[in-house]
Amino acid sequence: MLQHHFFNMGQQLEASVLGMWVFLVTEVMFFGGLFMAYILYRSMYPDAWLAGSHELNEMLGGINTVVLIFSSLTMALAVRAAQVGSWMGQVVNLILTIIFGTIFLVVKYFEYAAKFEHHLVPGPYFDPARDPAQQLYFSLYFMMTGIHALHMVVGIVLMLIILRMAWKGRFSAEYYGPVEVSGLYWHFVDIVWIFLFPLLYLIGKHH
Amino acid sequence: MTHAGNNSGSYLDAPHGIASWLLTKDHKRIAILYLISITVFFMIGGLFAAGIRAELLTPAGDLFTADLYNKVFTLHGVVMIFFFLIPSIPATLGNFLVPIMCGAKDLAFPRINLLSWYLYLIGAMLTLGAVFMGGVDTGWTFYTPYSSMASNTNVTLAALGVFIAGFSSILTGFNFIVTVHRMRAPGLTWFRMPLFLWAMYATSLVMILGTPVVAITILLVGAERALGFAIFDPRVGGDPVLFQHLFWFYSHPAVYIMILPGMGVISELVAAVSRKQIFGYSVVAYSSLAIAIIGFLVWGHHMFVSSQSIYAGLVFSIITMIVAVPSAVKTFNWAATMYKGSITWESPTYWVIGFIGLFLVGGLTGLFLGAMGLDVHLHDTYFVVAHFHYIMVGGGVMGFLGGIHFWWPKMTGRTYPETAGKIAAILVFVGFNLTFFPQFVVGYLGMPRRYHAYPEEFQILNVMSTGGATVLGIGYLLIVTYLVASLFKPRNASANPWGATGLEWDIPSPPITLNFETEPIVTEDAYNYIGRAQKAREN
Repeated sequence: MLQHHFFNMGQQLEASVLGMWVFLVTEVMFFGGLFMAYILYRSMYPDAWLAGSHELNEMLGGINTVVLIFSSLTMALAVRAAQVGSWMGQVVNLILTIIFGTIFLVVKYFEYAAKFEHHLVPGPYFDPARDPAQQLYFSLYFMMTGIHALHMVVGIVLMLIILRMAWKGRFSAEYYGPVEVSGLYWHFVDIVWIFLFPLLYLIGKHH
Repeated sequence: MTHAGNNSGSYLDAPHGIASWLLTKDHKRIAILYLISITVFFMIGGLFAAGIRAELLTPAGDLFTADLYNKVFTLHGVVMIFFFLIPSIPATLGNFLVPIMCGAKDLAFPRINLLSWYLYLIGAMLTLGAVFMGGVDTGWTFYTPYSSMASNTNVTLAALGVFIAGFSSILTGFNFIVTVHRMRAPGLTWFRMPLFLWAMYATSLVMILGTPVVAITILLVGAERALGFAIFDPRVGGDPVLFQHLFWFYSHPAVYIMILPGMGVISELVAAVSRKQIFGYSVVAYSSLAIAIIGFLVWGHHMFVSSQSIYAGLVFSIITMIVAVPSAVKTFNWAATMYKGSITWESPTYWVIGFIGLFLVGGLTGLFLGAMGLDVHLHDTYFVVAHFHYIMVGGGVMGFLGGIHFWWPKMTGRTYPETAGKIAAILVFVGFNLTFFPQFVVGYLGMPRRYHAYPEEFQILNVMSTGGATVLGIGYLLIVTYLVASLFKPRNASANPWGATGLEWDIPSPPITLNFETEPIVTEDAYNYIGRAQKAREN
């Protein structure tokens, strides 16, 4: 479990946790470019943003928000279970996390399908009756939520790997680094959604 | 301590065979893999450069059509920047030296390090694929709408290559940061670190903060081309200048990815050839961080004439002047280190002096371009071309070659003929100046960049430039020749041929796979040349 190039377990854990934080910094910058485009175009075309946001289903978005927050809870509990060496706690919480993540993606699928039906996907089939600037809104909507969903898929695959390791009893109070760093990643993807939901779904809903 | 043939347990010997190299997790072997790949791409980029200089020998656009010329300069830029300069020092010398200078057995994430090389290779192959499918003509900057609506060349493939290669750069920076934070040997405090480590650390910060932004930007262009999305498309109200902002937010700091490592190399070399502690160690260390941080706040100086407001331009102009200060601090400190030093005239010395001279010219002309009023006149002329070549080639490549000459005995266990090393340094210095100094003049007189034809009165300066490029090319070929030739000779390098300080010189040349027999303990500051000399005298 101690890789050849580390001197002790403490150094190995510290390195992997710091590594994940550094990786998450790059993720913040990656999404940051999208948020920059969002800020610019929203200030240029507030009406298009309002009209675009109106087409999103805030009920489905809200359900997904709750689902993700619960998945973060189960993820945190899974890390805790690994740290105290509870096999049952890890397995149950990891399975719940995977289920919540999958529910999120299924809901997202139905949302996307509705956008295709309503000619809201930018490009040649975009509803010509609409203000063309709304194409900017929906382009960013699909890029932001699409890249986020891709991160969810990666997260679920990661959780399946961790679940397999947990199932075999690989984690203990001495060795729980993989659960912890995967948890950091999961929480990050969750937090991105916490920003995306109000910025995309809730424009003009504060009255 | 170690003599030829005495260390068959070195990283070069232990397990043999192609697979042991292609699946290696040893940072030193990955450094060698990178060194071979970037050398190949340097030559490919050099061929495109030769094409440019051949076309510009005569005023008429007779060698290439305008379209083909667009592709040639685009590919020269794309290959040289993304596949040579950005990985050059970090992925080769950095990969080799960062763990050793930290006193560690390897980088924190050896497998990710290997992945980074494969990503580089995949990105490079895709971009080469775009070349064979007919090339790209957007310029290395991929500006929209050249790259979105207005181009029918292979932008998507080339941009995908750059996107993937970007991740190799992110992974390298990521690995260095964690290694420097978590894997330093006992006693190696932050302010005992060699300045090369400081420079690598600062470079890594730029890599992890900047590269993701260009990655998402390229992805947005890709979505626009491939999926019909509208992000930068003015037909629906999108803003092409947003692309420029996002692009330069990375690509200006990327200049520091190319020059900071060179500065780190020179800081090592200047102390070694002067046999002195570097002047103002902590200031030089902090100046690397200052460049990395302030470098993120100057991107607007690429856009003084791109519809940016004059107030934004003023702010960017002032910050551009400020980022010159830490660079000047370094230059002064190198000069002060050499002052009253015991300078030895070995081949690294020539590279050090060449670097300082060329970087000085490049840095000062950067101030011309950072001044908003002057930039309106000089924008998109050969003055700009000359300026950034002085930084990227005069600084980046001279630093890289200086470092290769300095650490070659450590990496390969072989020495090269000293005289050839000195001649090459002089050839490169003279050839470089002959190539690019006339371009300052011709640019100031008004010759724009990126055209294949020009007025006849500019011919004499362009002939000088092409002649210089020939000398420069001969210099590079000479280096490749004697370095490759040295590989066929027996290992004859001692552990410390330059009498330099640093953990890498305390271990055999070439090092063993895990670098150190026992965990090293650092008990002295970096560059303790004078202290060591005194101790030697007392003994």
